[in-house]
Amino acid sequence: MDINPVFLLAAVIVASTPILLAAIGELVVERSGVLNLGVEGMMITGAVCGYIAGHQSGSALVGFAGAAAGGAAVAALFGLLTLGLLTNQVATGLALTLFGVGLAAMAGQGYVAPNPVSVPKLPIPGLSDIPALGHIFFNHDGMVYLSIALVVAVWWFLERSRGGLILRAIGENHEAAHALGYNVRRVRFAAILFGGACAGLGGAYISLVRVPQWIDNITAGAGWIALAIVVFAGWKPWRLVAGAYLFGGVTALQLNIQASGLAIPVEYLSMSPYIATIIVLAALSGGRAPGSLGKIFHASR
Amino acid sequence: MERETLLDLRGLTKAYPGVIANSEVSFTIGKGEVHALLGENGAGKSTLVKTIYGLVKPDSGTMTLNGAPYAPAEPRAARAAGVAMVFQHFSLFDALNVAENIALGMENPPPLRDLAQRIREVSETYGLPLDPARIVGDLSAGERQRVEIIRCLLQDPKLLIMDEPTSVLTPQEVQILFETLRKLSSEGTSILYISHKLEEIRALCEHATILRLGKNVGTCDPRATSARDMAEMMVGTVLHTPSRDTAAPGDVVLSLQNLTAPAPHEFGTALKGITVEVRKGEVLGIGGVAGNGQDELVAALSGEMKTGDGMVTLKGQSVGRLGPNDRRALGLLAAPEERMGHAAAPDMSLTENALLTGVVRKHLSKNGFLQWGKARTFAEEIIKAFDVRTPGPGNAARSLSGGNLQKFVIGREILQDPDVLIVNQPTWGVDASAAAAIRQALLDLAAKGAAVICISQDLDELMEISDRFAALNEGRLSPPRPAKGLTVNDIGLMLGGAHDMEVAHVEA
Amino acid sequence: MLRLEKRPQPSAFWTYATPVVAVILTMVLGGILFWFLGKPPVTAIKTIFWDPLFGDFAFYYRPELLKKAAPLILIAIGLSFGFRAGIWNIGAEGQYIMGAIFGASVALAFYPMEARWLIFPLMIAAGIAGGVIWAMIPALLRVYFKTNEILVSLMLVYVADVLIKAFSVGLLRNPDGNGFPGSRNLKQYPSAANLDLWTDTGIHWGVVTAVFAVVVAYVFFARHQFGFNVRLAGQSPRAAAFAGVNPNRLVLVCMALSGGLAGVAGMFEVAGPSGQILGSFPAFYGFTAIIVAFLGRLHPVGILLAGLLMALTYIGGDAAQSAMNLPSAAIQMFQGMLLFSLLSVDVLTNYRIRLTTAKVA
Repeated sequence: MDINPVFLLAAVIVASTPILLAAIGELVVERSGVLNLGVEGMMITGAVCGYIAGHQSGSALVGFAGAAAGGAAVAALFGLLTLGLLTNQVATGLALTLFGVGLAAMAGQGYVAPNPVSVPKLPIPGLSDIPALGHIFFNHDGMVYLSIALVVAVWWFLERSRGGLILRAIGENHEAAHALGYNVRRVRFAAILFGGACAGLGGAYISLVRVPQWIDNITAGAGWIALAIVVFAGWKPWRLVAGAYLFGGVTALQLNIQASGLAIPVEYLSMSPYIATIIVLAALSGGRAPGSLGKIFHASR
Repeated sequence: MERETLLDLRGLTKAYPGVIANSEVSFTIGKGEVHALLGENGAGKSTLVKTIYGLVKPDSGTMTLNGAPYAPAEPRAARAAGVAMVFQHFSLFDALNVAENIALGMENPPPLRDLAQRIREVSETYGLPLDPARIVGDLSAGERQRVEIIRCLLQDPKLLIMDEPTSVLTPQEVQILFETLRKLSSEGTSILYISHKLEEIRALCEHATILRLGKNVGTCDPRATSARDMAEMMVGTVLHTPSRDTAAPGDVVLSLQNLTAPAPHEFGTALKGITVEVRKGEVLGIGGVAGNGQDELVAALSGEMKTGDGMVTLKGQSVGRLGPNDRRALGLLAAPEERMGHAAAPDMSLTENALLTGVVRKHLSKNGFLQWGKARTFAEEIIKAFDVRTPGPGNAARSLSGGNLQKFVIGREILQDPDVLIVNQPTWGVDASAAAAIRQALLDLAAKGAAVICISQDLDELMEISDRFAALNEGRLSPPRPAKGLTVNDIGLMLGGAHDMEVAHVEA
Repeated sequence: MLRLEKRPQPSAFWTYATPVVAVILTMVLGGILFWFLGKPPVTAIKTIFWDPLFGDFAFYYRPELLKKAAPLILIAIGLSFGFRAGIWNIGAEGQYIMGAIFGASVALAFYPMEARWLIFPLMIAAGIAGGVIWAMIPALLRVYFKTNEILVSLMLVYVADVLIKAFSVGLLRNPDGNGFPGSRNLKQYPSAANLDLWTDTGIHWGVVTAVFAVVVAYVFFARHQFGFNVRLAGQSPRAAAFAGVNPNRLVLVCMALSGGLAGVAGMFEVAGPSGQILGSFPAFYGFTAIIVAFLGRLHPVGILLAGLLMALTYIGGDAAQSAMNLPSAAIQMFQGMLLFSLLSVDVLTNYRIRLTTAKVA
């Protein structure tokens, strides 16, 4: 069987979208100086919330809204602990992942979906008729377009707006930002909520579009790959797109090769996204981490 | 001349657990006045200015600005009321550019392009050249201060607070700054100038308020009061000046030959061809503005940074490739500038901190197993010999005041009988009596035959204790000159002069 | 309003009290969770925490407790070195799986030869080697390429997961197994079996090794220069460099230690309680050990107790699952909550909580 490049590239974009959504949220969180390692936990929480909300209501829109809310809710827990109770961000992020995976497994266990949910494709009139390119880029569902729009919006916010400048300043040097009178904790909390909502959307995209059914451990490390992509992108939104599509590409390609029955053992194919992540992290990472990333902020005298 | 009152402080009190930072402090600042706030470290100056700037809420007391009650809830409110502040530390963002840094300190900044234009205008008006597009992390200390000053000036402040502004400047740069401040004052801007450098205050200020242990202990006209009188008001006792018996210098113990090393991190300084010899029994003072390679030089000597073969020679042996503990074994010890987290581990006990560098020379371990009893005895020895105020060696380093921890750190090295000791900023942020004790200890060590290299930004300190003086400028060390007879102007030129004139001097 | 105020030094009382408070807090929160799931909260908590130790079937559960606690303790002890030094090996699960694969491979290579004096020690060495090799990948990448070890070690968990599934149906599959996935059962191969040293006590070589590791780690942290360097590097990296600690060597040694202990834990597991290489082999020990390490405050004795407690939640969770039909995922969530509670009450160790009355300025 042959692999059709047009369908493959379109599949790459679909495979990349959840990672891109989660990564753009985490990028904002990290630019504010917070390292939230709980992306996987937030994503899987979003996946289960989106799945249940979507299938209860029969509406994809309600599903994604529920996913964003679910992701933001567990992110809020992370925010309260790290910002309010000054807990170690690495340990708290891990706890969030363990907790989220457990929560999702419990909520999803035995859930029987009453209504079907479909996420319609929204071909962009005119553009989607372009041969090949039209199918690859302009014949997707709304979430794909939203993920790209979010990247543009985040870029604009960080580089062009006053709020973005403040957020970057807080991530760079929280002591100095505090001395200038900026509310470090409020800005960071908002960033964490945004990150949680994005991760939730990414998770729901897996459970409502990519798979689309409920299985245990449905995110299978996508949250961690999102974290890796943020590092790979050097905390810059544009490079994030390249990173996400690269990993989406590896994932889609290996699935296609599996389906095409080429004589490569399945197991080596299914570990390829993880190995690709490691190689790219080691070889291509660039950019400077925000100065206060991962440090605990406590306003003293 | 009697000035109209701008800011009136009445009975400001602020207590922290165990410390009363400010107690019933009252004074007034007139319009267009340059008012000095004078006091030792820990006298409560910082708390007071943070109160005025809205970072600290007083427990009691009131402030009046231009006749109206003034109680800023946050710095934003203070800025809106016309109060601006130039910080000593922690208020710039290394990774952002000058214009972005300035925009962050303003309430309603114009778009960045207009702002860049205004930055150029203001910097020309006040003789403070600055390129808005440069990344702040790449600027020198003096240029960074300009960023802060321009940030304040763009908001047309009524009151400009300056916290120890000259500690990062060369003498020539200080003159430029003073010109700017005088111009501002003549335009009607009041300046609250915080310092412990008396001669500067005498040169600049027309009114001084002196704080001691959180209380206002007096006011004076600095132009009409001697530096010694002000010092005694500030400290409360007659100061002890370190004394020493000068001995003829002995053999060379440490020699640096063309010591060159790349910058260890993005905003660090590369060392460029440093050549100098240090002899037994001498104190070599190294001056320089912060960020000109001081940390890197200490690291290259302590062994934290390894250098090429033959660049660092101790008693005839090349040690450039050895690590810190091998160098300690040979008698080369160091005390870095940052006490908390570099010279000492804040969360560890004093016993553990004594072991931190003492393990080799004091034989505090056997086959890798630590002998805590001996380490504790060593810590107690340091505490006793250097009058470190602490309940005991089991206490965490972070529970000590700056001066006490510094005495502990310096004492820890001195009690290991070094052949060569390198100290960086030994009395920074230390109260006057502890500073005097530390300087005396360094002189005593040299008198016993050790070589001491003292790196400091406090020129008075260096003149007081050094036999020879050299200046560190952008990673290069000037040839050392005998300290006796050097004038402030000589030193200023050795330090590289004012940063902008330097280009003309060096390249010509 | 509540305000946090940093203590001049960590509170000795809260250092010991916080894990206890965290456990109690988790029981309360867990009770609420179970109640929410429609299960009687007190009975659920009792089924999980009390019955396995003192109930009617305690004779069955107690040996199980030791078998479950041993790998947790072994892995957590290894992790505690890295975590104290600020080296985040999050992929112990992968090292644990690789240890099992390596250990089992050695045994299966010798099958059916009987020479316990040779084969069992070789399996231990291979288990350690498997874990160390897997841990060296993130360690070397961090040292030479400054790659984030959290992400790399974690990615390798997924790779190890794929590998063990592949081996159980491929290279290591039992040729006499009628085509079912899974290797030969090592429990039935006397030279390789890691059985109870005394019948029905649950004490196998892994338990002995775990206790030994606790003692050695205790001595190293309390009395040895290496333990001191590890603590120093974690608290103040610059002070550690000043004290002559080589950060790269520390990364390699700490990663090797945690990898080796995780690997040997995997080997003891595959040769004993689990018995064979199978796709479903991992019992999530590598991740749970992270909770154990933190719950034990990265202290060897604390880890010993925390390991036993975590093993109890597994066993009690199983019991509650069968007795009360409690979903198995609830226990996982419960463990996450335990880590959350511990982290949050930990604030009391280093900070004082003060009530500040808002003043009218």
